[in-house]
Amino acid sequence: MSAPVEERVGTAVSLRGLRKSFGEVVAVDGVDLDLAEGEFFSMLGPSGSGKTTVLRMIAGFEEPTAGQILLGGVDVTGRPPYARDVNTVFQDYALFPHMSVLQNVEYGLRVKGVDRRARRTQAGEALETVRLSGFGDRKPSQLSGGQRQRVALARALVNRPKVLLLDEPLGALDLKLRREMQLELKALQRDVGITFVFVTHDQEEALTMSDRIAVFNGGRIEQLAGPAELYERPATAFVAGFVGTSNLLADDAAEAIIGVPGVFTVRPEKIRLQPAGAPAEPGRCTALGVVREVVYLGAATQSVVDLDAGGSLLVLQQNEGGSVQDKLELRGAQVRLTWHREHAVEIGGQ
Amino acid sequence: MLHRHPRVRLALLLGPPMLWLGVAYLGALAALFVTALWTQNGFTGVIERQWTLDSFRTLFTEDVYRTIALRTIGVAVLVTLVDAVVAFPIALYMSKVARPGLRRILLVAVLMPLWASYLVKAYAWRGMFSEGGLVSSAFNAVGLESPGYGLTATVVTLAYLWLPYMILPIYAGLERLPNSLLEASADLGARTGHTIRRVIVPVVIPAMVAGSIFTFSLTLGDYIAVRIVGGTNQLLGNVVYDNVGAANNLPFAAAVATIPVVVMLVYLAAVRRTGAMENL
Repeated sequence: MSAPVEERVGTAVSLRGLRKSFGEVVAVDGVDLDLAEGEFFSMLGPSGSGKTTVLRMIAGFEEPTAGQILLGGVDVTGRPPYARDVNTVFQDYALFPHMSVLQNVEYGLRVKGVDRRARRTQAGEALETVRLSGFGDRKPSQLSGGQRQRVALARALVNRPKVLLLDEPLGALDLKLRREMQLELKALQRDVGITFVFVTHDQEEALTMSDRIAVFNGGRIEQLAGPAELYERPATAFVAGFVGTSNLLADDAAEAIIGVPGVFTVRPEKIRLQPAGAPAEPGRCTALGVVREVVYLGAATQSVVDLDAGGSLLVLQQNEGGSVQDKLELRGAQVRLTWHREHAVEIGGQ
Repeated sequence: MLHRHPRVRLALLLGPPMLWLGVAYLGALAALFVTALWTQNGFTGVIERQWTLDSFRTLFTEDVYRTIALRTIGVAVLVTLVDAVVAFPIALYMSKVARPGLRRILLVAVLMPLWASYLVKAYAWRGMFSEGGLVSSAFNAVGLESPGYGLTATVVTLAYLWLPYMILPIYAGLERLPNSLLEASADLGARTGHTIRRVIVPVVIPAMVAGSIFTFSLTLGDYIAVRIVGGTNQLLGNVVYDNVGAANNLPFAAAVATIPVVVMLVYLAAVRRTGAMENL
């Protein structure tokens, strides 16, 4: 925790040309990654995109078909899970049902032969870190989903691994609890300074917590970037669509509105919706269209506008002023959409 | 018509099986206990319907019956232990290692002996334990004397006969054990042996106890295998058989027959705590 910064510049995990196929099916198709020590790294993608398989290969549960896995510079590719300095938080938590919470947390230390007293102290500290002191004697079945999640976290962290692997650990929690746990996990990671590798299919979760995100699609990394860059400058149509709403302008529409051929994406909240007769502003792209649909979302209003130049755009407006009724009555009306030229991001192909 | 009267429908549905369970099954058990309290006229051999504890008195005072009862329980315990030790690795391999195709083949292989007649299997073991049979040749080959017919052969034969009843509950128990628990154990640094001792065995113990209920109770009631491969040894079942048949002392036979029932009740009460009842 208090290690000087200079010691934390190394590489925690390196993946070199990692491939995995199950029979005919190629699950992971050539992944190269370097994760820095102390980084909160997310692997984001739809189910079947290979992100969980990569995680399981780092843990040692799956043997790669080709490629190498290095932990702290040491090749561990052929090693079994028990001989790797990583720990996993499982999607279903995988707590041992016949053991108490304390025994679950102590398990890793016990296997390593840590003596009873030291075990108790460390396990107690780990439970305190996840705010579960006093729950040591309970059985996992007596805990709520969120509490089980924390026990699983404590059970992994008590071993002080180089890398903590988390396989959609918040998937089973309800939305409110999930938001709480997201912030808590992030804070915890900052405190313990361990590299977290977090697998999720929830783009909001990845954006909230991560230092860097790799977006997976079809067994490959589609884009690797920080949250802001990923959202503001998606590299491909897939990333634009998976991280947010795709809002594509292509072909003739792009040429007519932006003035250059190509494929562009504009985030819905960057677009301003004005009456059709409003004056044009310099430096902003302008598109005329008809409002097809208006949906009231509480904090914001979402409109779908069919463009005269072809295609349609989704527009998100904060409900900061004006009556909701006025906005809803825009359905069918002629409007003008404008946005800063720089917010139309050119992406590489469909 | 019937759907308007759910109670009538339920009565029609459950009536016949409940009648079977109540009259034919529990009734017979009650009749057994009642019979045990009658007596046999020692001179004429006729059964007299007088209430007496004579049969139980004989049972508890004569050493030979105590010896037979203890021997029977001992054989049942050994059969159960042998089955548990043999069944666990087979069930573990079937549920966690074998691929789905092989798993199906193994399941059929485990069940197949149940399709063959009990007598065929028992006599097969008699052949193997006989002079010059497979077992004695194998023992002789390594310079040992074959156990021949006796209690060892009885335990081996019964353990073979009841093995599927132990494998299937353990297999079902292991199927319910999520693979992530095994991965978690390895992830936390445990080698396979440690994982088996600390995670797999504790979790499948209720399933093992469930299997032991079958192997234990089936052994307590058996009298055929010991006649075929047991040499001159007798188990409780033989005492019952001889008293029903040759001696026509039904009350004493009934009194002997209550011993396995009582032993089983004690055993069930003892294992109820392990959660085995949920694994039957």
